[in-house]
Amino acid sequence: MTAATAPVDARLARATVILGSAVRRNIWTIALLALLVVLLLSAKVIQPRYGFIAIQGLGTSVLPLGLAAVAQAIVVIGGGIDLSIGSMMALTSVVAATAMTGQNEETGVVVVLGVLLLGLVLGGINGALVVTTRVPDIVVTLAMSFVWAGFALLVRAAPGGEAAQWLKDLAVGPLGNQWVPKAAVVMLLIVAIVWIPVARSKLGLSIYAIGSNSLAAFRSGVPVGRTRFLAYALTGLFAALAGLSLTASTGIGTPVPGPYTLESVAAVVLGGVSLAGGRGGVFGPIVAVVVLQMIRTDMTFLNIDSNLAIVAQGVILIGVLMSASLLEFRRTRR
Amino acid sequence: MSAAVRGNRWQSAAGWRNLFRDRPLIPLTALLAILVAIIEVADPGIVSPAWAGVILRASVPLAILAGCQTLSMLTGGIDLSVGAIASMAGFVTATFVNSPGGVPLGIGVALTAAIIAGLITGIGVGVFRVHPLIMTLGMSFVVLGLANVWQLQMVQTGAGVPAGLRTLGSGLLFDVVPYSLLVFVPVMLLILVGLRRSGYGRLLYAIGDNPVAARLSGARAWQVLIALYVISALLAAIAGLLLSGLTNTASVSLGDTSVLPSVAAAVIGGTSIMGGRGGYAGTIVGALILTVLTALLTVLGLPEATRQVVFGSIIVVVAAAYTRVTSES
Repeated sequence: MTAATAPVDARLARATVILGSAVRRNIWTIALLALLVVLLLSAKVIQPRYGFIAIQGLGTSVLPLGLAAVAQAIVVIGGGIDLSIGSMMALTSVVAATAMTGQNEETGVVVVLGVLLLGLVLGGINGALVVTTRVPDIVVTLAMSFVWAGFALLVRAAPGGEAAQWLKDLAVGPLGNQWVPKAAVVMLLIVAIVWIPVARSKLGLSIYAIGSNSLAAFRSGVPVGRTRFLAYALTGLFAALAGLSLTASTGIGTPVPGPYTLESVAAVVLGGVSLAGGRGGVFGPIVAVVVLQMIRTDMTFLNIDSNLAIVAQGVILIGVLMSASLLEFRRTRR
Repeated sequence: MSAAVRGNRWQSAAGWRNLFRDRPLIPLTALLAILVAIIEVADPGIVSPAWAGVILRASVPLAILAGCQTLSMLTGGIDLSVGAIASMAGFVTATFVNSPGGVPLGIGVALTAAIIAGLITGIGVGVFRVHPLIMTLGMSFVVLGLANVWQLQMVQTGAGVPAGLRTLGSGLLFDVVPYSLLVFVPVMLLILVGLRRSGYGRLLYAIGDNPVAARLSGARAWQVLIALYVISALLAAIAGLLLSGLTNTASVSLGDTSVLPSVAAAVIGGTSIMGGRGGYAGTIVGALILTVLTALLTVLGLPEATRQVVFGSIIVVVAAAYTRVTSES
């Protein structure tokens, strides 16, 4: 069917569908934000002392996973998955902490820039391997997660190192108003500076295109291999940012990867990014990370065993996915 | 790379290619033999029947866990919940040592819990069509969390790995033959024969190779998948019992470190994560290769860090080799 021969009302219907899908995409993030507000309010109700200090702490504690979720979101939108994010975070974090040891504040800037470059390179290597070997993403990045974690241990066998003071200041405390955590502003700024221009550019469109249907993208002239490579490189860059935020919030580098890889996958899925690729954005996953953290906080306030919070996370993950696929199933049936 | 170069390479290496594709066990076994040879060169006299027994003993839990991955990867899935379920099984059994029911009750409870977890995973993947990666990931959170809750409940009774499990997991008959083969050999035969000879085995391949064709020829994918994830969870629980016996520890994080190696063993063994291709024999050799490799790196005095780098590189290289020989035929 070509647009020229299609009747006007069919075009109208298509426009409605496009608009509808855009609204639906946003509704997911809006619903998550509403849930977040409910969780924040209930935290205040349960624990009246819950105030701006806790909000600032919340900002600091979600920063690494939030950035990791953005990293994962980019590659998942492109139809891949990166299981080496946690290891890349560990590696970039120890490199940063080690390089900054005993250095002055100005050197810290150079180190940060170098580490960001390192992240691009690590992600680029992942991407190049995925593209050239044509081994499934999951296997390549799984294998590379060993490699990067191994390098992290080679750089530093035990947790340690230092972070520049200005870097530490970036992750902690308020900005202007005491209710505005600086970490949240930093995260939004990073995403605004790095991701939004990319998403608006040809590259962003290409990433969505190869994730949605790589064959169709190829036939419409999208350089699939190059786009996939760049998507992985961007993921590496955000993993490096997440690693730097780990160094910033702890003041040291830890060579053992945290639970960030799998949690970032969970956050991405909860944030409305389809694992099949091509759908979703990076803000949904960020909100999902905050929501998951708040669920934990609320459960702590209710004196519920914190282990049940992990259970809740799993149940929410499964439940959301089950209902989502049920809806999808019904829609395709109709 | 241009098509011409690819064509030339195909012709010059056609024999190797076909060998690799049709009989992956031969090059894999050769790789295993080379690794054993290197270890003998690096530390003369180390390779002995007793050493082989120790290697076998260490490989058994990994091979069973890799069996879970093989089965689920054949259908195009993956099972990330094996680590949590394995830890849970070993841990729950240990908490029952001093209870009236004793170890058999503990094992019963552990296996029942595993079956329930597998059933839910299977329903999620089979009926609700949740991506297996996410479903099993969510399930691993649930199992891990509940196991932690259980740990807090049972902390008074004191947990120790039952003596029987210790013998089964780490004992060697005449210092050579591991007792864990008593468990492993039946499991291995069941999987090998089941995949080759049974209708259910065929269904696993069929669903992974072409889900639409399988559905059109009357396969009920959801039933196959539910059964698959129950089997996988049961195997994981058994592996967890052996693992707790082998390491003489019962902790809720015991199996976590085995998840990625289990996927690696299946991948090295030639099972495709895209489904429909592979088998358990290769996986067993894959598990042996990983264990021998670990031993080799220990003998060479390389730190854990290097081991991980080598592990990862080998997986990429082997997987790339498989993709190369199987994709262009």
